[in-house]
Amino acid sequence: MPHIGPVVESDILLALEGVTVSFDGFKAVNDLSLYIQKGELRVIIGPNGAGKTTVLDLICGRTKVSEGSIAFKDTEVTKLKEHEIVRLGIGRKFQNPSIYEDLTVLENLEISYPKGRGVFGALGFRRTAEVADRIDEIADMIFLKEHLNTKAEILSHGQKQWLEIGMLLIQDPELLMLDEPVAGMSVAERVKTAELLNRIIEGRAVIVIEHDMKFVESIAHRVTVLHQGKVLAEGRMDKIQEDPKVREVYLGH
Amino acid sequence: MTNAKLRSLASNWLGFVLLSALLILVFPAVLDDFRLNLVGKYLSFGFVVLGLVLCWGYTGILSLGQGIFFGLGGYCIAMFLKLEASTPENTAIQSTPGIPDFMDWNQLTELPFFWEPFHSFAFTVIAIMAVPAAVAFILAYAMFKRRVGGVYFAIITQAVTAVLTILIIGQQGYTGGINGITDLRTLLGWDIRTDEAHNILYFICVALLLVCILLGRFVLKSKLGRILVAIRDKEERVRFSGYDVANFKVFVFCVAAALAGVGGAMFTLQVGFMSPTIIGIVPSIEMVIFCALGGRLSLIGAVLGALIVNAAKTTFSEMFPELWLFAMGGLFIGVTLFFPRGLAGLVDDYVVPFLSKVFLGDKKTPPPEPAVTKLAE
Ligand SMILES: Nc1ncnc2c1ncn2[C@@H]1O[C@H](COP(=O)(O)OP(=O)(O)OP(=O)(O)O)[C@@H](O)[C@H]1O
Ligand SMILES: [Mg+2]
Repeated sequence: MPHIGPVVESDILLALEGVTVSFDGFKAVNDLSLYIQKGELRVIIGPNGAGKTTVLDLICGRTKVSEGSIAFKDTEVTKLKEHEIVRLGIGRKFQNPSIYEDLTVLENLEISYPKGRGVFGALGFRRTAEVADRIDEIADMIFLKEHLNTKAEILSHGQKQWLEIGMLLIQDPELLMLDEPVAGMSVAERVKTAELLNRIIEGRAVIVIEHDMKFVESIAHRVTVLHQGKVLAEGRMDKIQEDPKVREVYLGH
Repeated sequence: MTNAKLRSLASNWLGFVLLSALLILVFPAVLDDFRLNLVGKYLSFGFVVLGLVLCWGYTGILSLGQGIFFGLGGYCIAMFLKLEASTPENTAIQSTPGIPDFMDWNQLTELPFFWEPFHSFAFTVIAIMAVPAAVAFILAYAMFKRRVGGVYFAIITQAVTAVLTILIIGQQGYTGGINGITDLRTLLGWDIRTDEAHNILYFICVALLLVCILLGRFVLKSKLGRILVAIRDKEERVRFSGYDVANFKVFVFCVAAALAGVGGAMFTLQVGFMSPTIIGIVPSIEMVIFCALGGRLSLIGAVLGALIVNAAKTTFSEMFPELWLFAMGGLFIGVTLFFPRGLAGLVDDYVVPFLSKVFLGDKKTPPPEPAVTKLAE
């Protein structure tokens, strides 16, 4: 496990150790170990099928590990259900925007607000001033303040991506995982998203999966390169770009 | 009052007020006793479709077994009424007086233990909702916690319906078998077979139905209602927003079952019997058709759907018994293909814009839902 700089045990927010998952014998993630520190922004890159999305699936409980352990704030999460993991403080954005198309932007955000999560809690939930303010604040951050009452299905692709990020932000997770947040965005939208990311990393750890190298350069602190379910290299972006192994499998083409 | 205020008031309450007026004022004024009783019978299916709007329309859980819950509610009250009708004096000629006649015919000499609590009216009233809800809970918990959903769930509800109907038919001594529980006479000493009683029961049925519509509305307007829509659209995202999705599905399914139970009880009271033919697979599917036709996203529309399809059924099924089934099937396919939001959708797209043009002076009609109307034209 190649660390960069000293890592103090207590700074570790998320620790994957010896994680393997196999789909019918095919190991999509193979004996992977990965440590994310508090407040860190980590970018994961790698060729198609490298297992990047699968790693996020494992962390958030969508896919169960075959072997290994995943600890978040020293809590083993591999046996927990998805919603329990979310409540621990992990938010996850999907590769394709995953929002509620039939609801408005406001309702999308409201559902994501972390109160009234039980059946009867939801029945008695009221949109108090506090909730409304928080929704406004988030909508402003994700550039959708003008669209609060717009049905989500008619947003542009980029706006949907932002909305999904907003739905996570409103939960104020300690770890935010974004799967290709700028996929399908225009250049202008990418710039805005980079700006958004730089703002939301304050006070939380963020894992970003990204293909777009320009975008990675604009945000990355530390990069992990995944290849065939294993960590190929890890380090600062400039070092990674010079690494011959990485160039061979990924950056070279 | 401003136009905007008026409009929001109208869109929220107009349908409810019109339906109330139709049921409370118009029908009793224009229909004779016999027909009013028929409408009351149709309205008892209205409770079922309210539940279907919640669980199918809004949450996307298609149940093809609502007849069972309707039947459980209906059987609960039928058991109470049957016990009341089976006094030792009334049944003196039986070999065992004091038990329901069909039990005597089936050589039972003692009231089965599960009939005992139905001597109590209070117990019966609770059971009408609690028994269907409990069965629904077991089924829904087992399925939704295992993440069985969609078509598989629909098939399982069918299977459960088949099994329970066969069970009821087979256990003649305990349930009255294929004939059901018949010859019901009085409710707490009040003869429910007279025209006057039918009229009163009609109004009770209407009042309960309107209360249930308001309850359904309360659920749909709350955050819970929006979560149900979210579950229908993107179940996984809801899970990753920190909700235990299965609990919500179990809840809405139980509510739908309890509503159906109330409907079944109102049916039994107004019609005077309950039998397996009312609650089997075919009636269960018909209930879904009422809902689809009226509009699965509209509480009021679905109730009207139940009324209209039932009225049509009474009119046409006697004249053309075979044709009716095809007509009903065709209607269902047509509606799901061309008017997925049913009658209520048509009203929203055409009648409402027209009315607001006439009464509120709207210049432009608001654009109707694109995909739906394109197909319809
Ligand atoms: N549920 C599954 N069942 C079987 N195979 C799967 C499953 N999920 C992922 N895989 C396989 O695991 C491998 C890794 O997939 P993954 O989606 O993690 O790649 P990725 O790095 O995110 O790729 P991309 O850049 O295309 O998004 C792929 O070969 C994929 O086909
Ligand atoms: Mg991926």
